[in-house]
Amino acid sequence: MSTPSGVLVVGASAAGLATAEALRRKGYGGALTLVGDEPHPPYDRPPLSKQVLAGTWTPERAHLRTAEVLDVLDARFVLGDPAVALDVPTRTVVTASGLELGADAVVVATGVRPRTLPGQADLAGVHVLRSLADSLALREDLLVARRLVVVGDGVLGAEVAATARGLGVDVTLAGPQRFPLEAQLGPFVAGVLADLHAERGVRLRLGSAVTGLTGDGRVDGVLLDTGEVLPADVVVVALGAVPATEWLDGSGLTLDNGLVCDARCRAADGVYAVGDVARWHHDRLGFPLRLENRTNATEQAIVVADNILGAQRSYEPVPYFWTDQFDAKVHVHGTPAADAEATVVDGDPAARRFVVLHERDGVPIGVLGWNMPKQARQLRLHHLAPQAPLPEGRR
Amino acid sequence: MKVFVDEDRCCGAGSCVLVAPDVFDQRDEDGVVVLLEDRPADHLHAAVREAAGVCPAAAITLDGTA
Repeated sequence: MSTPSGVLVVGASAAGLATAEALRRKGYGGALTLVGDEPHPPYDRPPLSKQVLAGTWTPERAHLRTAEVLDVLDARFVLGDPAVALDVPTRTVVTASGLELGADAVVVATGVRPRTLPGQADLAGVHVLRSLADSLALREDLLVARRLVVVGDGVLGAEVAATARGLGVDVTLAGPQRFPLEAQLGPFVAGVLADLHAERGVRLRLGSAVTGLTGDGRVDGVLLDTGEVLPADVVVVALGAVPATEWLDGSGLTLDNGLVCDARCRAADGVYAVGDVARWHHDRLGFPLRLENRTNATEQAIVVADNILGAQRSYEPVPYFWTDQFDAKVHVHGTPAADAEATVVDGDPAARRFVVLHERDGVPIGVLGWNMPKQARQLRLHHLAPQAPLPEGRR
Repeated sequence: MKVFVDEDRCCGAGSCVLVAPDVFDQRDEDGVVVLLEDRPADHLHAAVREAAGVCPAAAITLDGTA
């Protein structure tokens, strides 16, 4: 493909911005447009459940770049105007306000949207957390909350529980697993995390699925599959997210748990996907993969930018995420699994500073650091060579 | 080129060290970024720009395009 004269990025968050910046870094001098559904300049989402929710950062501090740096990017930002359709043959995007934007290359970076519970929209006091507006609305409610129930025992749910507890709120964390993040961390590290939450006063109501919400006008409880009701005046629903691809329905692109792409992150001729929304074929592993990890957004963006400019790079990352809860900084490289063999390879769990290696059939699959970020990264380099396979369950 | 790091934003991912190990390191105790060269040599500029781009916490900023 020849160098495009116009690139249109749909999505103005981390992945979209990183794609635009990578294109400029690599010398692309043509027209560059970013379309975003929110009115804000690109901002970062990890602080929304931590510093912004806690109030230690102003919302502006979550912005990814200053206005001056965005100026140098020399891109047109169309904000607060979501894309509603894509015509693939002409690579034309239509926005909600009726703009028609054409380009030689279109990059889909529309991310994900939170899953919700039935009836949630009709009840005041029930929150999801994806956007800056979500974070600020939740904070407002938490400042006067008596009892928060967090529905969901994954990364986001556990982070919100920790932050809310730090604000002095009475917090219950509910979910089906034995320990928070058990699927991501395995029982050993997740067990340490459960201990930490319990020590800090989070009520763990785990091992039961949430089936619904109770209340009339405003939420007053969370219903478990045991029939038990957990009283609440504020609820956060953190049950994962689904790819934001509704706007591509009827486009002819393949939508199946994300925008399906080849190994080069290409969904069609001149159409690429990047970040949480992209389900691309991981060549080395031999199957499609979609990662909702912050670093994936920027790493994948570099490969997409290269490919837009004519390269033929396949994208084969080592998955990575981190989570901060209370005083714990947990860094996770590769693909730890609940059934992997876990061995402490550095530090001491009793001192809450350690690194665990996950192996399956003697093959390293994951490195988890607890308050040892540097050592975990170094062990990742040592153990997680690119040939390490992903377990079946994480495909 | 002058490089700035914001220790308060740094999340300790170490992405910068993977991309530009001659310019960035991490503290042993908490993984926070350590800037080894605030005015890196010309041949390192491309890697430093990439490090700033991939930082998942937007903790690296650059001044000057030289």
